[in-house]
Amino acid sequence: MPANEVENRKTHNAGLFDIRNIIGALLGIYGVILLLMGIFGDPETDKTGGPNANLWAGLVMLVIGLVFLAWARLRPVKVPETHED
Amino acid sequence: MTWPTTLSIGAPPVLTSTIISAHLVDYLIVAIYFVFVLGIGLVARRQVSDSVDFFLSGRSLPAWVTGLAFVSANLGAVEIMGMSANGAQYGLPTVHYFWVGAIPAMLFLGVVMMPFYYGSKVRSVPEFMYRRFGTGAHLVNSISFAVAQLLIAGVNLYLLGTIIQALLGWNLYVALVVAAIIVLSYITVGGLSAAIYNEVLQFFVIVAALLPLTLLGLHKVGGWSGLKDQITQAAASNPDGPTAAQQLSSWPGTALTGFSSDFLSVIGIVFGLGFVLSFGYWTTNFVEVQRAMATDSISSARKTPIIGAFPKMFVPFITIVPGMLAAVLVTEIAKTKAGDTVAGGAGGTVTYNDSLIYLMRDLLPNGLLGVAIAGLLAAFMAGMAANISAFNTVFSYDLWERYRVPGREDGYYLKVGRWATVGATVVALFTALFASGFSNIMDYLQTLFGFFNAPLFATFILGMFWKRMTPTAAWIGLIAGTLSAVTVAILSEGTLGSLSVGVLPLSGQGASFVAAGAAFVVDIVLSVAISLVTEPKPDSELRGLVYSETPKEDLVDEAEKSLPWYQRTLPLAGVALVLVIALNVAF
Repeated sequence: MPANEVENRKTHNAGLFDIRNIIGALLGIYGVILLLMGIFGDPETDKTGGPNANLWAGLVMLVIGLVFLAWARLRPVKVPETHED
Repeated sequence: MTWPTTLSIGAPPVLTSTIISAHLVDYLIVAIYFVFVLGIGLVARRQVSDSVDFFLSGRSLPAWVTGLAFVSANLGAVEIMGMSANGAQYGLPTVHYFWVGAIPAMLFLGVVMMPFYYGSKVRSVPEFMYRRFGTGAHLVNSISFAVAQLLIAGVNLYLLGTIIQALLGWNLYVALVVAAIIVLSYITVGGLSAAIYNEVLQFFVIVAALLPLTLLGLHKVGGWSGLKDQITQAAASNPDGPTAAQQLSSWPGTALTGFSSDFLSVIGIVFGLGFVLSFGYWTTNFVEVQRAMATDSISSARKTPIIGAFPKMFVPFITIVPGMLAAVLVTEIAKTKAGDTVAGGAGGTVTYNDSLIYLMRDLLPNGLLGVAIAGLLAAFMAGMAANISAFNTVFSYDLWERYRVPGREDGYYLKVGRWATVGATVVALFTALFASGFSNIMDYLQTLFGFFNAPLFATFILGMFWKRMTPTAAWIGLIAGTLSAVTVAILSEGTLGSLSVGVLPLSGQGASFVAAGAAFVVDIVLSVAISLVTEPKPDSELRGLVYSETPKEDLVDEAEKSLPWYQRTLPLAGVALVLVIALNVAF
């Protein structure tokens, strides 16, 4: 994150290594895949007993994933810089 | 969906088709998870060269992360599949493993014991034993802990083998070897440094896998009342099994303990499971305690298990309830419960351990199925990785460095740790083959807890609060306690398989509770008796290790007073206690 380092030499965002970004990305990707399966795939309602499980689970996962990404964005973890490297 | 048939030409069973028919999208979802796991390992490895960055990033983790990691380290495949198996077999009384058998002990660890572990600055739980009691008790503790970790890693490995078998249709033995290699590379690439991140990620994947499964199952069966009706019907047509009342109310849990008396059953659950087994496990298990030890302050260390208690309380709803659902929704499990022998499952014959896999097959559409498979693989990997890395630490520092080759450079012990990883994986492989002979994994696990953990808790708690307790008393108490647990297990019916002679009319979980109780009582009695006739350590060496010799300011964090109530240790523990009592009353 070079832009960030210019703004503030003492700290940088944890970024990739912020666990909230990792959780958000994984749940978000799963959400999109399940959503697509729910819209275009076979809902297999004989198994689920009625509901389009992929669609609903996908929606919920996508929302939770986005909440984690937003949380990490709004309240970033600041990691102090080391000057040796 | 084609149903697997088995070729019964001796062992091993060979499946001609898989239990679950995964599609491309499911493999994609599983593959994405592996990319994330390895990605975390690589990012962590890149940051290791910049150690301050890495450690400070770790130290700036909020308490919810360490709390989730604390729960996740225990939320392995053993717990998920074992608890759903128990749910299918016994029903609601299984919740005792959470609401009686975990939460009170986790709160006790945070409130009472953590200040000693954290304040004494030890690197491992056995090291605390060394500082308090010296060589004898330390050797017993390190060796028994190391052996237990190998055995439990083997059970985890066996469960991953069965999942891979169900998924790909491989021979169980081939699946075991491949699974071991996968885990070995996961630990090598991910390393200890990535462990906590993977555990937190795993928590979310498991919830994403099990929550939809539970909700769909409940929907299909007609809600909670529909589930009750169906269990009642099934129980009525099967008079040999537990009655509907036994399955649908957590107390007195006679079907779970195997005791005929309600009173004894409650005593067995509260004292055997709730006190001896669970306090022994949660308060002395290095795998768990290590997570709290790694935080930045005594306050965070104490809050780690207490924050973990909140998600832990609700885990039974996504593990035990699916097991109960499988027992009425899945034909194979329902037949097994009615006393039939059904061909299929992960090991050739359907067992309760197959409940979750079958429920996934019957309820989940492709897509969600992939998430569920990823969740089970995640649980397995994190579980086994935690066991093996805890084994490495204890083997390298507590056994090899202290007794075999002391005083070498840091890199040497790192190399020892790596070889220990390989050795541990090989031993776990053989343990997995042994575990495949048991129909209910939890029995096996509880038996181990009884042997190793129950006397350990007795020794720790006595040693922390009674300065007169002597080193001699500690090691004799530990050995005698463990031996008495083994003796009870051998005298009972089938607790140790063919080793048990059946003199005592105890079987199943009840026998484990009694074995653990015997170990605890024998340890306490012997420790007190021997302490009175042997020489204690001088008071000056007991600071930070014994309550009466430790200044109060070493045990609490003064800064905590300025925090709002919901960030303080004791109020949080109080809320958790009230919640768990409410849950016990409600079910």
